[in-house]
Amino acid sequence: MIELQAIDKQFGKLKALDSVSATFRLGECIALIGPNGCGKTTLIKSILGMVVPDKGTILFNGKDIRKDWQYRAQIGYMPQIGRYPENMNIGQVLDMMRNIRKENHSQMDEELLHAFQLPSMLDKRMGTLSGGTRQKVSASLAFMFHPDVLILDEPTAGLDPLAAELLKEKIIREKEKGKLILITSHILSELDDLITHIVYMQEGQLKFNKTTDVLREETGEARLSKAIAHIMQKQ
Amino acid sequence: MRKIIKFVIIDILRNKIVIAYTLFLLATSLSVFSLEDNSSKGLLSLLNLILFIVPLVSIIFTTIYIYNSAEFMELLVSQPLRRKNIWLSLFFGLSGSMVLAFLIGSGIPILLHEASPTGFMMIGVGTIITIIFVAISFLTTVYTRDKAKGIGISILLWIYFSLLFDGIVLFLLFQFADYPIEKIMVGVSALNPIDLGRILILLRLDESALMGYTGAVFKDFFGTTIGTSIAFATLVLWIAIPVMISTRKFNRKDL
Repeated sequence: MIELQAIDKQFGKLKALDSVSATFRLGECIALIGPNGCGKTTLIKSILGMVVPDKGTILFNGKDIRKDWQYRAQIGYMPQIGRYPENMNIGQVLDMMRNIRKENHSQMDEELLHAFQLPSMLDKRMGTLSGGTRQKVSASLAFMFHPDVLILDEPTAGLDPLAAELLKEKIIREKEKGKLILITSHILSELDDLITHIVYMQEGQLKFNKTTDVLREETGEARLSKAIAHIMQKQ
Repeated sequence: MRKIIKFVIIDILRNKIVIAYTLFLLATSLSVFSLEDNSSKGLLSLLNLILFIVPLVSIIFTTIYIYNSAEFMELLVSQPLRRKNIWLSLFFGLSGSMVLAFLIGSGIPILLHEASPTGFMMIGVGTIITIIFVAISFLTTVYTRDKAKGIGISILLWIYFSLLFDGIVLFLLFQFADYPIEKIMVGVSALNPIDLGRILILLRLDESALMGYTGAVFKDFFGTTIGTSIAFATLVLWIAIPVMISTRKFNRKDL
């Protein structure tokens, strides 16, 4: 589904991505982990076309994303910090996205929107929202248009425990539909029962890309968080 | 693309600055015409006002607006939209609303008091100058990430086009007074859209006699239909080139 071929990206002197290659397929649930500033968000933004790599190609369904822009209709993206036009209200942002995506109103997935009780505050301005509420809007938008690929950057950061649980259940349901899910998170314990693959990055390099079963076997740890801590210490 | 233009225009109209700008233009234009008994004189006073204020408001408002829409663009770029369309929609939305403000604020008073070919020319020049300065600020904002720096550059560019350029031209005229540089001056005037606009209007008013021999050379060139067409084509290039360069740059920009 998504194929990265030797992606390089330099920000000034900082090498954000250093020849990263990987393949992600439908049905996989990938956790992208690594220390702060290791290039996780840059990698995600490259896939979305928000950051343009210096070298290398990204294929989405076999097509180079530089020559294509419609592929983004198949991606639902939840950014780490959702930034929205301050003087639009929630309803206007939702309307605008519906307009852009050209989907029919009846076919939209508004499960999260209702679970987060957003319809009752449609007239609140984005600028006045708390960080958590903004994250709820981001999450609802990411799932709204039935995308095949979900890219979630720190999805539960800033959400209250109830909302985080609702979101996690939603991710599991979508995963069972055979979608490709890419998650970055620092809180490893909450990923335990969710993910199938782990991609570990450090200083812009992709250190490994393994299934969770292989990882558990190699380290002899049953819990993922411990298995990863084991590896991080060795690195 | 039309949807994004609509969102941009609605957002700008909600912003009260453009409405204040329209009312300001309307008030000054109407009072200038009512102060002068001869409407052709009024047109001359208005010309100087328009060539001073319109570029300033266009370039500063556009620059600040683009920086403030950073979130809006970030949101759109991750959606199935062409980057080129996002950028051009923003350009059409902004230049459309600024032109609308100018047409209501100055166009209507000009039509009321001086509905002559010169009056229409003035409306045309004002419209093009508005779009040119919107285009120039698109160029500055795409190259500078920092908001304060970008606004600073916009102000400097405005000072250059409105004040410094004339000083440089005057300096050259005095330095090379012994040489026949009047013809070169025609070419030099193409380097500043504000000057080009001013010359186009001045030559249609009697005051061009005050410009002496240079004025006569200008009249020879810009007075003809071909000369006027070339001048307008140059003004259009002042829109097209910044828009093209900034679009190309935006296509590869990291957000």
